[in-house]
Amino acid sequence: MKKFPPYAGLLERSWHYVYLLICAFVFLYLITPILLIIPLSFNAEPYFTFTKGMLALDADAYSTRWYTDFFTSDSWIHSIKNSFIIAIASTFIATALGTVAALGLSRSYMPGRTLIMSILISPMIVPLIISGAAMFFFYSNINLAQTFPGVILAHTALGTPFVVITVTATLVGFDQQLVRASQSLGATPMRTFFKIIMPLIAPGVISGALFAFITSFDEVVIVLFLSGYEQRTIPLEMWSGIREQISPTILAVATLLVTISILLLTSLEMLRRRNEKLRGMSPG
Amino acid sequence: MAQNNIVEFNHVQKSYDGETLVVKDLNLHVERGEFLTLLGPSGSGKTTVLMMLAGFEVPTHGEILLNGTPINNVPPHKRGIGMVFQNYALFPHMTVAENLRFPLEVRKMSRADADKKVQRALDMVRLGNFGNRRPAQLSGGQQQRIAVARALVFDPELVLMDEPLGALDKNLREEMQFEIKHIHESLGVSVVYVTHDQSEALTMSNRIAVFEEGVIQQLAAPDQLYEEPRNAFVAYFIGENNRLRGRVKNVNGTSCTVELENQGGTVEALNINTGGQGSDTTLSLRPERVSVNPDANAVPNVFDARVEELIYLGDHIRTRVSVCGNDEFVIKIPNAQGHATIKKGENVRIGWAMEDCRALDA
Repeated sequence: MKKFPPYAGLLERSWHYVYLLICAFVFLYLITPILLIIPLSFNAEPYFTFTKGMLALDADAYSTRWYTDFFTSDSWIHSIKNSFIIAIASTFIATALGTVAALGLSRSYMPGRTLIMSILISPMIVPLIISGAAMFFFYSNINLAQTFPGVILAHTALGTPFVVITVTATLVGFDQQLVRASQSLGATPMRTFFKIIMPLIAPGVISGALFAFITSFDEVVIVLFLSGYEQRTIPLEMWSGIREQISPTILAVATLLVTISILLLTSLEMLRRRNEKLRGMSPG
Repeated sequence: MAQNNIVEFNHVQKSYDGETLVVKDLNLHVERGEFLTLLGPSGSGKTTVLMMLAGFEVPTHGEILLNGTPINNVPPHKRGIGMVFQNYALFPHMTVAENLRFPLEVRKMSRADADKKVQRALDMVRLGNFGNRRPAQLSGGQQQRIAVARALVFDPELVLMDEPLGALDKNLREEMQFEIKHIHESLGVSVVYVTHDQSEALTMSNRIAVFEEGVIQQLAAPDQLYEEPRNAFVAYFIGENNRLRGRVKNVNGTSCTVELENQGGTVEALNINTGGQGSDTTLSLRPERVSVNPDANAVPNVFDARVEELIYLGDHIRTRVSVCGNDEFVIKIPNAQGHATIKKGENVRIGWAMEDCRALDA
């Protein structure tokens, strides 16, 4: 039970509970669709709705057939492989480029900082369908459409803004004197970067990389434009699956993806906290 | 070029915007083993001079020599100059020992040798058991001692310190002043120290360069700077100082007679830096050199004064009097046996010797 300060009136006390209720509704609204697909993915019937047997918690109404279907289907396996290749490659490039860009933009003497920043951020703001169409026409001219490098480059452009933003945020609290200290102790700019700057901005780099990975991993619009059959990713497979043959396999995939995302985010957050504690940078 | 100088500035100028000069035609040398302090108010150019020496700023004009070699084109990491920063600038992700080992690793020293040197440096600042701590687990004073140890651990010939004690409280600051001074004396390393705190400069330095508006106003040993300021700015900036404005009536060799403004009377003073007869001048007089109720004819300058305020400060009594039309005139009466006892509102006679009163620029 919350302890109210003695001056809190009836209005303030009741508002506190109304406020909690609103918060609960917001959470429910956000999370229900995700939670609902989990039981549905164990549906024994090829429907997207709860059957009578499921609602009665009848064990026969549940099955893992859609998971088996997923892991034995060549086209799904193919798309998983593609998704990981594209997401990992574009994350690496986006992280490297975004980090370097953020470092450059953090220098006070960098000319045209706001302009460059807006250009780098623009892939986040421009509607994907426009970027997708533009990339399609441009990449077609230079033979990059329907190739892995093409999709990877396109996803790099989408992921870079996240890295730029998170690394820039980390650099706000970065003490530039440390760079000078490192130089005065004889370290080359290269050594200063890897031994001093990188370890200290790593949390920003990692969360930026994570965002870039997830952006690429569940991106469908650009892939629709740019990928041929060879580059089909999981989201594209799901999208065409819904259009062509409605199969709860998609729900199984969705459940797996949600689980992977949660595991990934949790473990990274735990790693980050452990790291910070080790470095004595946060109390605890 | 003198062999004895570790650093020389020759006609160095610095401008950030291409218009205003932050440092104007600087000619300065640092002797080997010397503790030289650059003292001045903020914006006087002292930190810019230090940053140019460290290599973080490039002179707009002129040349800086280190051990007789021009270093204008040498990047900071190849200069081999130790540096202590105001906010310590310890690497937060490394332990204390790793911080100290960093410059040794850069120099590819073997692990065993490096550990030995790190331990010696930690012992030097009396933090021998703190090697495994993180900087965040240390107090401000301890962090600053580690920063000093790190700047010295790779045996540089020259160490720069940029207001290193600015963030510490008063007692700790004084303790650290002595500690840094002792380290300097025992290692024989040359130190260039930047501060805006004049008592810190007086405590630690062999020589002090007083900066104002990008120009060295005076470069001298602490005692000389305090007792023989060459112009009104130095007199005002170093220690407490009574200022009386007037006009030079006549000059007799090293002394002069000054007519004070507002019919304040005439004063006999040393002619240090005036424009000669008829020019405006500022008289500078230290509060502790004024005597209350002096013996008749003992000193040439005796005036009637009214006591405006008495502040008891333990070792002395700070007395503000109104004299010669100036009610900001301060006298320090030492709390010695048999010192003058005066009360607020009383009329007293005060006087000072001609040698203690310096006629400077207006």
